[in-house]
Amino acid sequence: MIKTDILIIGAGPTGLFAVFEAGLLKLKCHLIDALPQPGGQLAELYPKKPIYDIPGFPEVLAGELVDNLMKQIEPFQPGFTLGERAETIEKQEDGSFIVTSTSGLKHQASVVAIAGGLGSFEPRKPLIPNIQQFEEKGVAYFIRNPEVFRNKKVIIAGGGDSALDWSIFLSEVASEVTLVHRRNEFRGALDSVEKVQELKKLGKITLITPAEVVGLRGNEHLDAVVIQKADKSEETLETDYFIPLFGLSPKLGPIADWGLEIEKNAIKVNNSLDYQTNIPGIYAIGDVNTYPGKLKLILCGFHEATLMCQSAYQRIFPDKRYVMKYTTVGGVHGFDGSKKEAPKAVVKSID
Amino acid sequence: MSDITISITDRDGAIHEVQAPTDMNMNLMEIVRSYELAAEGTIGICGGMAMCASCQCYVESNHELPEKGDEEEAMLSEAFFVKDNSRLGCQIHITPELDGLKVTLAPEE
Repeated sequence: MIKTDILIIGAGPTGLFAVFEAGLLKLKCHLIDALPQPGGQLAELYPKKPIYDIPGFPEVLAGELVDNLMKQIEPFQPGFTLGERAETIEKQEDGSFIVTSTSGLKHQASVVAIAGGLGSFEPRKPLIPNIQQFEEKGVAYFIRNPEVFRNKKVIIAGGGDSALDWSIFLSEVASEVTLVHRRNEFRGALDSVEKVQELKKLGKITLITPAEVVGLRGNEHLDAVVIQKADKSEETLETDYFIPLFGLSPKLGPIADWGLEIEKNAIKVNNSLDYQTNIPGIYAIGDVNTYPGKLKLILCGFHEATLMCQSAYQRIFPDKRYVMKYTTVGGVHGFDGSKKEAPKAVVKSID
Repeated sequence: MSDITISITDRDGAIHEVQAPTDMNMNLMEIVRSYELAAEGTIGICGGMAMCASCQCYVESNHELPEKGDEEEAMLSEAFFVKDNSRLGCQIHITPELDGLKVTLAPEE
């Protein structure tokens, strides 16, 4: 069991900055995120794209902003549960919450801050009628352990980086790799495209384009896929595995069933005070929340995170008195013993 | 500046004739959102970067539209429910030439 003061669900910019504001109040944080790396959309969708409306940064790349935030919160030693989704929440008798993530890992905290952005990123599943029947039985949307595919026949569908990169990787592992894509053009990094081209010439990857997987066959386990070509002709191809890699799309997911008030696919909060939800002790900050006049901007998420932390402090220490202190005055005292302080002015008389 | 009229058929089949400004640097996805013709959170998810297909629409009039860029082309090659007249609304800039445009929103994925 992981114990912390504020459990933050979502490690995007808002969740990361909340760690800093909490740290100034000597509150510890732990973050859960479905993606394998921190940064949320910024890291997953557009790390190389510029953002122009972060105050004080005329231009900053999304990936750089994440790196900067990670550096800024480092002194406060946040914990991370990455690659896992927050599944359930249970309120305890002492008022704290226990959140369980995908692997069954339990996280206990006095306050839960949902900074879930658009939701957790989940694979886009192709519209093949019986695909669900073969999930875990030959259809895989993720490749967790490539050894599963050793000496097996694999069909990959998709036209982006992950389809190309996994085709390349699995060509050394699987007995046969077939890549199916709706166009002749691929969207991946140039060297990946060239590598696939080369492996195709060597006969290590079979390319079928333009074509689409439209059907799945098998009894218990997947045996074959039906491939439809541009001229609508169909071909059945035997295989052990089908791996559709069509990118990720965000889904609010299990959080939607936590008893929170939801409006327009977002969590309603009290914006006149502290961004608390209808369940006391659970807050929602950043793109995941909604209130009159809401704007889904990173800078608004930072503001919401800051006010949430003040309220969380009051909730955790109802009898303590505290007033906000500027970092220029108080400095930043990390939990790791590090200390950042404004240098003292030199007072010296002139003779 | 002048507004143009666009006819948008929503995901339930209802037709909406809406006024779209040509001087606000807006795209078709944003017009749909501004009139709330699709539920918030089901359109323009990526914010307009051609990185999701939630604003896919079918163009049903003969307007000459700007050609698809590489990013739009790539996204549509992986989207679902794609037809020959599919476009990403976020990549269609509102200009005076689009007056009278007719589109239908693609189903939610």
